[in-house]
Amino acid sequence: MVRKTVFAAASVAAMLLAGTASAKTLIYCSEGSPEGFDPAPYTAGTTNDASSKTLYNRLVEFEKGETTVVPALAEKWEVSDDGLEYTFHLRKGVKFQKTSFFTPTREFNADDVLFSFNRQRQKDSPWYQYTSGVAWDYFDSMDMPNLIKDIVKVDDYTVKFVLTRPDAPFVANLAMDFASILSKEYADKLEAANKKADINLAPIGTGPFAFVAYQKDAVIRYAAHPDYWGGKQPIDNLVFAITTDPAVRVQKLKAGECQAAPYPPPADLAGLRADPKLKVEEQAGLNIAYLAYNTRMAPFDRPEVRRALNQAINKQAIIDAVFQGSGQVAKNPIPPTMWSYSESTVDDKYDPEAAKKALEAAGVKGLKMKVWAMPVSRPYMPNARRTAELIQADFAKVGVGVEIVSMEWGEYLKKAAEVDRDGAVILGWTGDNGDPDNFLGVLLGCAGVGNNNRAQWCYKPFDEIVLKAKTLSGQAERAKLYEEAQAIFKEQAPWATLAHSTVFQPLSTKVSGYKMDPLGSHRFDGVDIAD
Amino acid sequence: MVQFIVGRLLYLVPTLIGITIVAFGFVRVLPGDPVLLMAGEHGVSPERHAALMAQFGFDRPLWEQYLDYVTGLLQGDLGQSIITKVPIANEFFSLFPATVELSVCAIVVAIVIGIPAGVLAAVKRGSWFDQTSMGIALVGYSMPIFWWGLLLIILFSGILQWTPVSGRISLIYFFEPVTGFMLIDSLLSGEKGAFASAVQHLILPTVVLATIPLAVIARQTRSAMLEVLGEDYVRTARAKGLSPLRVVGMHALRNAMIPVITTIGLQVGVLLAGAILTETIFSWPGIGKWLIDSIFRRDYPAVQGGLLLVALVVMAVNLTVDLLYGLVNPRIRHR
Repeated sequence: MVRKTVFAAASVAAMLLAGTASAKTLIYCSEGSPEGFDPAPYTAGTTNDASSKTLYNRLVEFEKGETTVVPALAEKWEVSDDGLEYTFHLRKGVKFQKTSFFTPTREFNADDVLFSFNRQRQKDSPWYQYTSGVAWDYFDSMDMPNLIKDIVKVDDYTVKFVLTRPDAPFVANLAMDFASILSKEYADKLEAANKKADINLAPIGTGPFAFVAYQKDAVIRYAAHPDYWGGKQPIDNLVFAITTDPAVRVQKLKAGECQAAPYPPPADLAGLRADPKLKVEEQAGLNIAYLAYNTRMAPFDRPEVRRALNQAINKQAIIDAVFQGSGQVAKNPIPPTMWSYSESTVDDKYDPEAAKKALEAAGVKGLKMKVWAMPVSRPYMPNARRTAELIQADFAKVGVGVEIVSMEWGEYLKKAAEVDRDGAVILGWTGDNGDPDNFLGVLLGCAGVGNNNRAQWCYKPFDEIVLKAKTLSGQAERAKLYEEAQAIFKEQAPWATLAHSTVFQPLSTKVSGYKMDPLGSHRFDGVDIAD
Repeated sequence: MVQFIVGRLLYLVPTLIGITIVAFGFVRVLPGDPVLLMAGEHGVSPERHAALMAQFGFDRPLWEQYLDYVTGLLQGDLGQSIITKVPIANEFFSLFPATVELSVCAIVVAIVIGIPAGVLAAVKRGSWFDQTSMGIALVGYSMPIFWWGLLLIILFSGILQWTPVSGRISLIYFFEPVTGFMLIDSLLSGEKGAFASAVQHLILPTVVLATIPLAVIARQTRSAMLEVLGEDYVRTARAKGLSPLRVVGMHALRNAMIPVITTIGLQVGVLLAGAILTETIFSWPGIGKWLIDSIFRRDYPAVQGGLLLVALVVMAVNLTVDLLYGLVNPRIRHR
């Protein structure tokens, strides 16, 4: 029923737009189908590109093309001295989208904020389980249920978040996709009609584009939200043409069937650059690929052994062979585009002879170890198997025998996290919120042992600094602590930091105003297309 | 004949039960589970993992889950996707017409070209036509679909720009799907140029999907015809002075068709398997692509429901072939 009404009105909208000579349409060849249009239950970037970035806003957002947090639905906010209360002053006059299936009767207010968050944290909310199997994975994985003590509506345009502990990355977390603001009025209407699941199929938000129609696995259509608080978009229609095969996306770009497409295969970059109708933008990805030793197991429990092994890896050869140049050698556990990145870190020099001597000095002889290679290509690591083979060859030169281990992706993630896992594991991470704690705390903190801390590394001097930095609100103070943490990391070497990949974005030369997002999403607000 | 049909239908019952077991078991023997895959690098604590598995009901003994599944099936309920939260039947039937449209076009092309090519190759055995066409058929049969599809896209869409790269219809057309078959819906929409656009979009995927069945049908027709052309009754027909067209068309072809029909029936399974790759290359929103996505995400209900429905389709086609076989060859229905 929803689909029918959506289509009926969508057709009218499309006809109206088609009738306008100046109607501008931008076609984006997206890489996959969204899992749904409610951003909070999902973590995949593909889903969030199609939902939170186009249809919704958050209280605060990342500046376009940056990781800086800027006001959005909240015009400003204050933090109490003890760092436990965040008071947000909401923007007035923000209108929800009017569509074929919903006509809002009121503007955005504090009720929408409370609804959007409480459904993820209050188990007695009728929306906590609005359809079977709904889980709030991102909200949970950012530890929000333990962090948020209460959310208070001070008045219609003021909301106060009360925390259980000071947490500096909290505001950045609120700019993440799961914190998108939905319409409570629409939710109430769906609840009354016993159609709660429709919130995931026919979405309503305050964002720059309104949902028009979705043909599963084929195409998503949006129209510019005429009353958008940030001003109407330069384009009238936005279309996501779902094209899963990367080589086909390249062909569609070249044929002019779409004007933007993500994740081009590295081998096609030269051809895309040579095409006069296209341009290729690039940016260092907010990511890291690493080799994590199990620091709880001999001989990897000794920093001198880990440092010696790190010296044996020819990282530039990995960049050349595996990343085909579309990456850079990593010396720190955080990417260079992130604030607090330590420029002063000196990377391990590739020196097999020195590595061999260091291993001998440490009494390590005839070492045999496992190197785990992921079975899938990830944004931070195109081919882990090939990387493992290169590491195998490098380690052979220093007398270390390597057996490469691989298994199904889900199993890999599970087993790689186990405390008694043997050897070293290749894995990586893409930043969620642009905060250094999202790398240093999540991936290397003591709390992550047995889970995200794949090196099983719990080093108190490091952990204390990172935990302290999380409680401070001044960025300069925090940056200083994170730089110290990076120095300790380098000295202790729980990982071999391998690479930061480069992300490429081919676009038609007709497209203007597009900014690559360091967090890896694809945003079309403010984007224009020439006729 | 009725007895023959009832007999064939009864055969389906154990097959169906077998399919439910295989479809149910298949996804569960795959390593990894949906919760781990959904969490990705973010990981999931053992407690949370257990809670989520319990929420989906995957923590219960397998036999209980299977019984639930079968009970649901008997009530016509295939379950709900754990990813999109949409009922499996809705997902399947919204995508199935796209696969049917492509498969029907492909099999029609394969039959219309394959049978005459096979007949001609047999009649002109040893000629340049025979050798060339059977050589091409062998190449077609051995061609990896993925590579073949990309090759055609690069040539016809990229270099020559004769056909669109992918999709079902140009995105400038936008109308409500009535039947789900784009050729029909584009006509019903009344929009000028929509039907032509739908046809253009069908050309390359049809060629790619038809390649293997076409090769198989042509080769099978040729060998069946060769066998029949050597039979006594064909020689008799020739001796009676019938025209070569009548001998080949009436006497030989009808008898040669029996193994060919069986082959065509078997090609339906091949088509659905080929559709998985073809749909992925051409961004064709059908069940092949959907099933692959569901397997990668370990969407248990979607995989087991989808496999069952696909198996039902293959069984229905094979049953039809069996019945046709009985019509073409009376010896079979009286056996």
